[in-house]
Amino acid sequence: MRLGQRFYLREVVEGVALTAGHFFRNMGRHLAHALGRTSARGAVTIQYPEERRPYSPRLRSLHRLVRREDGSPRCVACMMCETVCPARCIYIVAAEHPNPDIEKMPERFDIDLGKCVFCGYCVEACPEDAIRMDTGILEFSSYSRRGMIYTKEMLLSLEAAGTDGRPTSPVPIPANRTV
Amino acid sequence: MILDLGIVFGRVAFVMMFVLNLGGLLTWVERKQSAIMQDRIGANRASILGFRVMGLFHPLADAIKMLTKEDFRPARADRFLFALAPFVSVFFALVAFAAIPFGDTLRLADREIPLQAVTLNVGILYVFAMLSLGVYGVMMAGWSSANNYALLGGQRAAALMISAEIAIGASIMGVIMVYGSLDMQDIVRGQGHLLFGWLPAWGIVTQPLAFVLFVTAGIAATKRIPFDMPEGESEIIGYFVEYSGMKFGMFAMADFLETVVIAGLTTALFLGGWQVPWLLADGFHVPGGPVLPLPHLAVVGLQVGAFTVKVCLMIFVLMLIRWTLPRFRYDQAMRLGWLGLFPLSILNIVLTGAVLLLIGGRTP
Repeated sequence: MRLGQRFYLREVVEGVALTAGHFFRNMGRHLAHALGRTSARGAVTIQYPEERRPYSPRLRSLHRLVRREDGSPRCVACMMCETVCPARCIYIVAAEHPNPDIEKMPERFDIDLGKCVFCGYCVEACPEDAIRMDTGILEFSSYSRRGMIYTKEMLLSLEAAGTDGRPTSPVPIPANRTV
Repeated sequence: MILDLGIVFGRVAFVMMFVLNLGGLLTWVERKQSAIMQDRIGANRASILGFRVMGLFHPLADAIKMLTKEDFRPARADRFLFALAPFVSVFFALVAFAAIPFGDTLRLADREIPLQAVTLNVGILYVFAMLSLGVYGVMMAGWSSANNYALLGGQRAAALMISAEIAIGASIMGVIMVYGSLDMQDIVRGQGHLLFGWLPAWGIVTQPLAFVLFVTAGIAATKRIPFDMPEGESEIIGYFVEYSGMKFGMFAMADFLETVVIAGLTTALFLGGWQVPWLLADGFHVPGGPVLPLPHLAVVGLQVGAFTVKVCLMIFVLMLIRWTLPRFRYDQAMRLGWLGLFPLSILNIVLTGAVLLLIGGRTP
């Protein structure tokens, strides 16, 4: 240590001046904000549930299954996503489609979100553009593991996020979720 | 007779309420002030019926949380001392404020009421006795927990507090020499004189070195950052590891109360106590200028207000320091206490004595 630092006092005063500067500058901004200048912000905090950061358009959020015009899933149960999934969180049971032009359809399409790593490979692999991760929904949680399993009906009910990146459909609640 | 009792009760109640409320509020001040210093917002979520009032309900929520938590006692702990330790800590921090005057004598209908919880002609000695007794709570907590780490934490706290108390005691010797009294009220009155006809003879003016030493040692005595190695909230295990619930809360509370006491002492000894510059008993005497007469009650009100403002300001400064500096290492704190603060306070005593001898008697 230099001799000046050994006495602490100058360093302490410098440090306190720095933090006090922050205090009074932020206090002034808070005051200006309270007095009506809404552009003045005394803190860098984003108050989460009310305020949110803008999402990137490339954000991978909760999956949804895209519907055909008649409301049935676009998915043809080709198992590509199930195969490519590194977390093995997709479970598909294929069934015969009533329309002879379409070979198959999913009888069940479950995603275990407790396992999903949100890599987006399922979206990349899908040849029918039947699964997308553009709902903008990030807040899904459950007190049990079973509550994290989202079924075909739930995934079909979701819509793409709006132009602002915010979800347009409510978070589906699993039937077997224990709260 | 009953009136006299009532007045005594009122004086004590005022000081108690002052210290307790300020101490309780400090949990909020600490969170909010640190947040604003660090460009954050700080606790603001506790609400009653949707009202948040800048997080002011958080101390209340904390108290409810502490009171409803499990009150755990280790199986091999000393039952009596384990329960007693937090009370000892809080009690001595609380009663230390009693000798600090918060105003001049109030004259109401041929009664003279000293604005001080207890009028003591050895006030300073009393305050330091009480502050030093606070060590017992800490050591009791460390020992009675039947936990080696708590015991070591108690030892660290005791060593730190003793080295701080020595420096505190030595640094105020200069103040006692300048104002020639051990009575806090006399010391505050002495600070009402003017130097060179305009400069109030506050302790910070007549004893600048002692002021720095006293504040440093005072922060160390409160065991808060940068001298918080006895407990070290985030990583070291301190003397209150085994405490939970409100007993733990009382230790935290004792720290805040000690901060209030140190701020009050600094105010009384160095910042002129309840003195307002140029305000005498009959009104403002602007140096070389007009006299602005004021009624007695207004003067006393101003004085009590000035004392409160000064204490709050001092607490603000203590909080600034607490949220600015990193923690001292244990050996650094010991070296600072014994090889820095203590010799410097002795030097201060010698210097003060020499100056007093040169100018022949008391300064003010």
